[in-house]
Amino acid sequence: MSTSPIPVIDAKAASAPDRWRHLRSLEFILGVLLVGTMLTLALISPLIFPDLGTRMDLAARLTAPFTEWRHLLGTDPLGRDVLERVLLGGRVSLFVGFVSVAGSVTVGVIVGLIAGYYRGFWDMFLMRCVDVQLALPFILIALTFISILGGGLGNIIIFMILSQWVQYARLVRGLVLSLREREFVQAARAFGVRDLSMVRHHILPNVLGPVVILMTLNVAENILLESSLTFLGLGVDPQIPTWGGMLADGRNYLQTAWWVSVFPGLAIMLTVLGLNLLGDWLRDRLDPLGKV
Amino acid sequence: MLGFLLKRLLQAAFVILVVTLFVSYAVRLSGDPAIMLAQGAGSVTEEDLQNIRTGLGLDRPFPVQYAEFLKGMVVGDFGRSFLGGTPVSQLIGDALPATLALAGASLLLSLLISIPLGIQAAVHQGGPIDQAIRIGSLVGLSFPNFWLAIMLVLLLSITFPLLPPSGWDGPMSLIMPTLTMAIIFSATNVRLVRTSMLETLGAQYIMVARAKGLKNSVVLYKHALRNCAIPLITYIGLQFGKMIGGLVVVEKVFNWPGMGTLAFDAISARDYPVLQGSVTVLALLVVFANLLVDVAYGLVDPRIRNG
Repeated sequence: MSTSPIPVIDAKAASAPDRWRHLRSLEFILGVLLVGTMLTLALISPLIFPDLGTRMDLAARLTAPFTEWRHLLGTDPLGRDVLERVLLGGRVSLFVGFVSVAGSVTVGVIVGLIAGYYRGFWDMFLMRCVDVQLALPFILIALTFISILGGGLGNIIIFMILSQWVQYARLVRGLVLSLREREFVQAARAFGVRDLSMVRHHILPNVLGPVVILMTLNVAENILLESSLTFLGLGVDPQIPTWGGMLADGRNYLQTAWWVSVFPGLAIMLTVLGLNLLGDWLRDRLDPLGKV
Repeated sequence: MLGFLLKRLLQAAFVILVVTLFVSYAVRLSGDPAIMLAQGAGSVTEEDLQNIRTGLGLDRPFPVQYAEFLKGMVVGDFGRSFLGGTPVSQLIGDALPATLALAGASLLLSLLISIPLGIQAAVHQGGPIDQAIRIGSLVGLSFPNFWLAIMLVLLLSITFPLLPPSGWDGPMSLIMPTLTMAIIFSATNVRLVRTSMLETLGAQYIMVARAKGLKNSVVLYKHALRNCAIPLITYIGLQFGKMIGGLVVVEKVFNWPGMGTLAFDAISARDYPVLQGSVTVLALLVVFANLLVDVAYGLVDPRIRNG
């Protein structure tokens, strides 16, 4: 499984004609705007809505969107404001996305560096983990454990790290293996540079680009994962407004109140799209050879 | 070749061991199934509980239970459902074809979408068609699969009541789940086709084929596409695990009578033998698909089996 080459990334995107540069820049700006807006909203929304989306306006239940200023995106069957809950809902998704990726990167980069640099036991251990990780339908294992141990932010994040650090380790290991043979590393070794300093000054800076790309795409992926788990009722406490949880609620009122399901999903999509646009732009810039 | 085959088989066996160990251990963490089983039965004595435990073989240490599970797995015996006592293997036998049908149909549809689009993108590299397809694939990658499913239901069953919203109600029921999965798969596949097409189109035999005066469509779909098939199949094989994960969620949204729905219903009913059996079978499926792809690849490409 680890042996097959995966040519997924377009190596020639970098040579795209210049007239499309503007489109690329536009995509980058859109990506930054989307992700920036969502992050800002996640940070400030609890200050704007101190009751955290629990306030019910029972008189205004099932208000249709764009009919009332007070409930711009309508209300759900309990009279809770959809816009308010969508703005608040991003907190959980973004938190899970970023924290889980930070954890996976830390573990993965360290193991990958050791495996690639020293080979031996850690290398073998890593490659077996890669085999297992590729063969495991993550969502199923997560379901099994979460259905038994209970959901909650902590468990979800731990499962994501457990299943995803391997990607980083594999990427870093591959990069280190080829870096080791490069002249500047060999020269440094000939000068007697020590291992730790070698890794810090010569290896790490050269693996950073691909790792950052993978991180961006991974945050997007984990936001999707968290929302699926919460949607399935296996994620975060249903009392907290989350995009996945709102979709699970809204699905029951699809006939009467489409807006309860449409807007949270749109929020997930725009966030993930923003991250994917950023990832694509970064890949174009940092990884023309398509190593990620 | 024999050595390579042996090595891959050992790897697969190792993966299966790890997966089943995970799942069995998780199920053991669930607390005492005897109490859950006895819950409906009114007043229960400690002795009754003990009898149930002995009956289920739960009084033995975990390694023994795990060994029993493995032994059962080899002959396809996953025990009996806590609810109604139907053999798990029978439940799986009923659900597996539905999952395979959905997976197969989605894969097929996604290839029908992504191959022509990917080829067009590669042929018009850098042009407006290429850019449009690239952006389209980025948007497709950003869809939460379950939301896409809900939106399709909203569109095709509620606003325009054309298709049944869920369950199995004749072949029409297959359309929406297939469409959902195919859109998600295509977003990745189209990029893959484009990339491998770009690599192939630069090759000399393509130039020869063109120089022979062959029609453009023949060059693209016969000569070039054939060479894209290998990376495409490999990648799909590698992604099979993720695919099954997505499939399971979409199945649940459409209440499709497959393995995913079986597993979810087992979760909410705390029917652990069924959960254990269905997760194990799905994982076996993924391992088997990976093995198949790798062996096929090794047969074609000697660099792989020696690497």
